[in-house]
Amino acid sequence: MPTEILMPALSPTMEEGTLAKWLVKEGDTVSSGDILAEIETDKATMEFEAVDEGVIGKILVEAGSEGVKVNTPIAVLLEEGESADDIGETSAAPASGEKATDKDDAPKDNAPKDEAAKAPAKAAAPVEVKSNASPDWPEGTEMKTQTVREALRDAMAEEMRKDENVYLMGEEVAEYQGAYKVSQGMLDEFGPKRVVDTPITEHGFTGIAVGAAFGGLKPIVEFMTFNFAMQAIDQIINSAAKTLYMSGGQMGAPMVFRGPNGAAARVGAQHSQDYAAWYAQIPGLKVVMPYSASDYKGLMKTAINDPNPVIFLENEILYGRSFDVPVLDDFKIPFGKARIWKEGSDVTIVSFGIGMQYALEAAEKLAEEGIDAEVIDLRTIRPLDYDTVLASVMKTNRCVTVEEGFPVGSIGNHLSAVIMERAFDYLDAPVINCAGKDVPMPYAANLEKLALVTTQEVIEAVKKVTYR
Amino acid sequence: MATRKAAATPNISADELKTYYHDMLLIRRFEEKAGQLYGMGLIGGFCHLYIGQEAVVVGLEAAAEEGDKRVTSYRDHGHMLACGMNPDGVMAELTGREGGYSKGKGGSMHMFSKEKNFYGGHGIVGAQVPIGAGLAFADKYLGNDRVTFTYFGDGAANQGQVYESFNMAALWKLPVIFVIENNQYAMGTSQKRSTSSPEIFRRGEAYGIPGEMVDGMDVLAVKAAGEKAIAHCRAGDGPYILEVKTYRYRGHSMSDPAKYRTREEVQKMRTEKDPIDHVRDLLVSGGHASEDDLKEIDKSIKGIVNQSAEFAKDSPEPGVEELWTDIYADVAPQDEDA
Repeated sequence: MPTEILMPALSPTMEEGTLAKWLVKEGDTVSSGDILAEIETDKATMEFEAVDEGVIGKILVEAGSEGVKVNTPIAVLLEEGESADDIGETSAAPASGEKATDKDDAPKDNAPKDEAAKAPAKAAAPVEVKSNASPDWPEGTEMKTQTVREALRDAMAEEMRKDENVYLMGEEVAEYQGAYKVSQGMLDEFGPKRVVDTPITEHGFTGIAVGAAFGGLKPIVEFMTFNFAMQAIDQIINSAAKTLYMSGGQMGAPMVFRGPNGAAARVGAQHSQDYAAWYAQIPGLKVVMPYSASDYKGLMKTAINDPNPVIFLENEILYGRSFDVPVLDDFKIPFGKARIWKEGSDVTIVSFGIGMQYALEAAEKLAEEGIDAEVIDLRTIRPLDYDTVLASVMKTNRCVTVEEGFPVGSIGNHLSAVIMERAFDYLDAPVINCAGKDVPMPYAANLEKLALVTTQEVIEAVKKVTYR
Repeated sequence: MATRKAAATPNISADELKTYYHDMLLIRRFEEKAGQLYGMGLIGGFCHLYIGQEAVVVGLEAAAEEGDKRVTSYRDHGHMLACGMNPDGVMAELTGREGGYSKGKGGSMHMFSKEKNFYGGHGIVGAQVPIGAGLAFADKYLGNDRVTFTYFGDGAANQGQVYESFNMAALWKLPVIFVIENNQYAMGTSQKRSTSSPEIFRRGEAYGIPGEMVDGMDVLAVKAAGEKAIAHCRAGDGPYILEVKTYRYRGHSMSDPAKYRTREEVQKMRTEKDPIDHVRDLLVSGGHASEDDLKEIDKSIKGIVNQSAEFAKDSPEPGVEELWTDIYADVAPQDEDA
């Protein structure tokens, strides 16, 4: 049967075009790759090549025709043994084409069914929400005092002892013993194959780690600070976070990206950014930002065992701080479970990471003034424990969020939206977001203090929402 | 471009030649069909055809062994067919259907096959280069003797992460072959307008990585170079660079008016250097195949390609529930509070 040559779509957006010029005439023999015609699209004039070989039996659309719809037959190609008389068999009328059909059907087929349309905030109507918060270890468990730094190292070392394919790579992690001494002693125990010093080349070694994860290993990538991970963010997001989806579930990147995040002290704008909200935006990543040493330990062990890429945001100021850590064989804390540090009835203060320091200090001072605050540590930002936050807000009817990052598009902004959608009727005051100021971090000591969120600001916000 | 080897090298059998002919022609016909389906609106978005470059992947796959890995850019259809992935699944991914390798969720530029050790299909120019080095890092760590073919173009060769990867691959002696498919145009920018030194294969010298230039229109020359590079990697001597000079006949993508080169330049390559014609000539002049034999091969390929197109049209669009799957390997985190 003669083959119809159809008006081609020559760009992702083209729906019609001008058949500017025919470069063949009826009776010409063409083979695949020969240029048949010139076609003007909305963007440019393009050459149109033959796909099949044969003889041009009939030209259906004259040169110079404008507004020729994509998929309209423009010529008929005869194969060996066919003649122009056979042309009657094919329809010369503009074929509706499969594109048009698909398009018409698309909206119906693609309309997400309600149950499939999952959003972080489940819609509307006040319902009973149950807090997820429960103790992380059994009562009576023996405790020891550890710094965040030691807890992190123990978590990594314990998992590396269990799984040969877990390894640590980054700048100065091995012989230098860690730029912030987090990996102290690990080279001695695990050797240079598993504790790998890299050159200063974040984009490159992050890509190598992603490839190693595709290849069956479980890399822990240390960034000397997350500020430097901006060099590598394409590999983190486009390669690590999206591949599982793009491969239809065939392969992903089980790995941990970790290192200090946010402001330290007096290191200026390029070394002081908090990236919690950046990474929290990405489907495919899990994002953790702990405060206490026990959380650092329990969540790092969970992160290493997680089959997805995990962003583990640490804090340099907290590294040296001591907390009680349970003495348990395999102490893990699940993702997506907030911790209630202090129960209270007047207001809910939600924070994470070093923001908890301001939240807890504020709660203590507020208590002296007779304001009983409930303080929630999110611990993981993605997945986020919405229910614990909502249950608390439904009880206290007021909420203040605290974080160190920039105020625009912050985690607090997101929480406010979720609270508004799911607990609107419970609110007795607008939610207030305490965040870092909307300025690059200054160096001068006085200005730096002003740029960061402060305990006093949290106190003032609480007084505002409680109308004191 | 290096001069072509005169005739069939004696250690290549007629059957091997026929296989190369078959595999290259399959890619070409597949790509032509893909171009056609794009024209009909069945393939959307970006679609980058491999026509003209077939000898590169067919030559290197002929040198590869079971278990070797490969990773490439968005011009990836040829690589997938050459490593044995099913044309039906590839075509159905191009049409965004359930039967595609990524269930229709990846598209032309993002396809993978764990089974065939094909690690994508990457849409960010150059990003696959450290990933390829990382696959080799894993193989070395695991103590096997596999190698990874890391393909990228002359355009990607100007990305910084390529040199970061060269450095670490050399430093850690990773078994990775960096295959620079130099088709002479980075989208619409010719090599001489984008690249300070024309000999890209020499860019490994700074890191102590051996490199050579290969005639990418000659499948036998590519295979021979591939074998040498593989031997180097398997011996534990670290990475190797092959700059394979090739040519893409079609535009960068489907919407490329190709004003940056002349029609004569393209035509000259097609008539004088075509990799498929080359093997065809070897087969016929050497008396290894008759015109009828070749017609038989052509016919069988036409069948495979038409079948893939039918499959790709008939396979349904992915179910709407697929929107929410494969985001996390365990559960959707926002489900955890449900």
